[in-house]
Amino acid sequence: MSFDNAYEAITEENDSRWAFGTGFDDPLSGVDTVLPPDVDGADLAQYCLMLGDDALVMSHRLQEWCTRAPELEDEVAIANIALDLLGQARFLLARASAAEGPAGSAADGSADSAAAGAAGGAGRGEDELAFLREESQFRNVRLVELVNGDFAHTMARLLIFSTWRLALLARLVDLQDPVIAAIAAKGVKEVTYHRDWAARWVVRLGDGTELSRSRMAEGLAAVWPLVDELFRPHELELRLATVGVGVDPSVLRPEFDAVLAEVLRAATLAWPQTPALAGVAGLFGRHGVHTEAMGYLLAELQSVRRGHHEGASW
Amino acid sequence: MVTPVSGDWCQDTIYHSQLVHRARAAAEAVVDPELPMLTLADLGVLREVRVGADGGVTVSITPTYTGCPAMDAMRKDLRAALRGAGFEEVRIDVALHPAWTTDWISDGGRRKLAEAGIAPPGPASARARGRQAGIAPPGPASARARGRQAGWPVPLTLTPPRRRVPCPRCGSEDTELTSEFGATACKALRRCTACREPFEHVKEI
Repeated sequence: MSFDNAYEAITEENDSRWAFGTGFDDPLSGVDTVLPPDVDGADLAQYCLMLGDDALVMSHRLQEWCTRAPELEDEVAIANIALDLLGQARFLLARASAAEGPAGSAADGSADSAAAGAAGGAGRGEDELAFLREESQFRNVRLVELVNGDFAHTMARLLIFSTWRLALLARLVDLQDPVIAAIAAKGVKEVTYHRDWAARWVVRLGDGTELSRSRMAEGLAAVWPLVDELFRPHELELRLATVGVGVDPSVLRPEFDAVLAEVLRAATLAWPQTPALAGVAGLFGRHGVHTEAMGYLLAELQSVRRGHHEGASW
Repeated sequence: MVTPVSGDWCQDTIYHSQLVHRARAAAEAVVDPELPMLTLADLGVLREVRVGADGGVTVSITPTYTGCPAMDAMRKDLRAALRGAGFEEVRIDVALHPAWTTDWISDGGRRKLAEAGIAPPGPASARARGRQAGIAPPGPASARARGRQAGWPVPLTLTPPRRRVPCPRCGSEDTELTSEFGATACKALRRCTACREPFEHVKEI
């Protein structure tokens, strides 16, 4: 089916494919979502939320560059990367929904579950998970929620995020949950392109003019405080690592440091020295404790869905 | 599949294989919403078409990229095509494993892409092998050696990899990469330095 113009596309009866989110088919339709042995469904659901929320929130920040990137090619690149990550988020949230089962809603105390257009799975559905959870129920690392800053800040964060995520996905490919493993296998191919693209920009700006170099160094310094958190294991990650379903993120550090060192060397930039941002009473993004930026981000991400309780789609 | 009544076994089997043939023909003719010169079969997205004993059809498709927004359109188009071929019960399943690769694009599909001015992908497996061998990352050789020793699953590529991508218009091999990201998730942008035309390239994945 194709359309001659955008108006025809949105007026076609019952067509929901251009909606803001609700109304899409379940991305995992037909995929066997039986849990691997020795794994608690609630644990697996929470783990999928961690992996999915990282992708969802990072995607949202990248989408904010639409119409604002310095060159058309980079505009297109950022939109593509955001789309890949949004796809990963959809699959992972759908996996979380299937794993949590009907008890998921009650367990998390989420309001408004009746209004959600739960697509497939036994749980709340990807839409409700994305659009109707509260800030404290989001499990993403805090790095992804920071405001974008300038283009150099965004490239610094994307390099750090994709280097870390690629190392993580590459290990998930070999683990026990066949659905996460399949999503990760696809993600490795995509994030390889993301990391290379961000790394080339960091090199170009770092090894560029005096101005681009100082802006690039500032960008790295600005996001560096959130790097240590990426490798700090949450108890759930450790628990799942012991049964071969999750990855202890602390094992990713040597690879991350080696990749970053190679990029920074090529960019003639020094290793950033800004100190790590502490958690709140020992709690971090994985526990649902976020920075000030997160509330504003969710307000924008969720306001349309929250304004239409019947689950509108168009 | 239910065991057919013994006397009609032969006829049932023939009837069923005709149904499978009809369902497969209908599904294979559906075109990709974003690369309409290709069918889903050409693209390698169509994994399997099965017809149950009750006459219901199950089609398995696989996403090219996880975020590919065309997946929902593909499902709808497949459902419509199979209904048009007389199948009322249609189920579209997603197959995630193994992950789609551009190596699954058929030879016919590659020809149709080139005819439409889009350079077809080279072998993705070669790209993966090239990466393993550490294709041309700049910087000191010692850094590359360290990377291999550390056993990174995916080596870093700091310069756009050199690929042989002939211009689909003039055939010149003198082409350069403009951007590894294009108008859809699966395409890169290139430029021919001989005829000066920009063109799209389905990138290896």
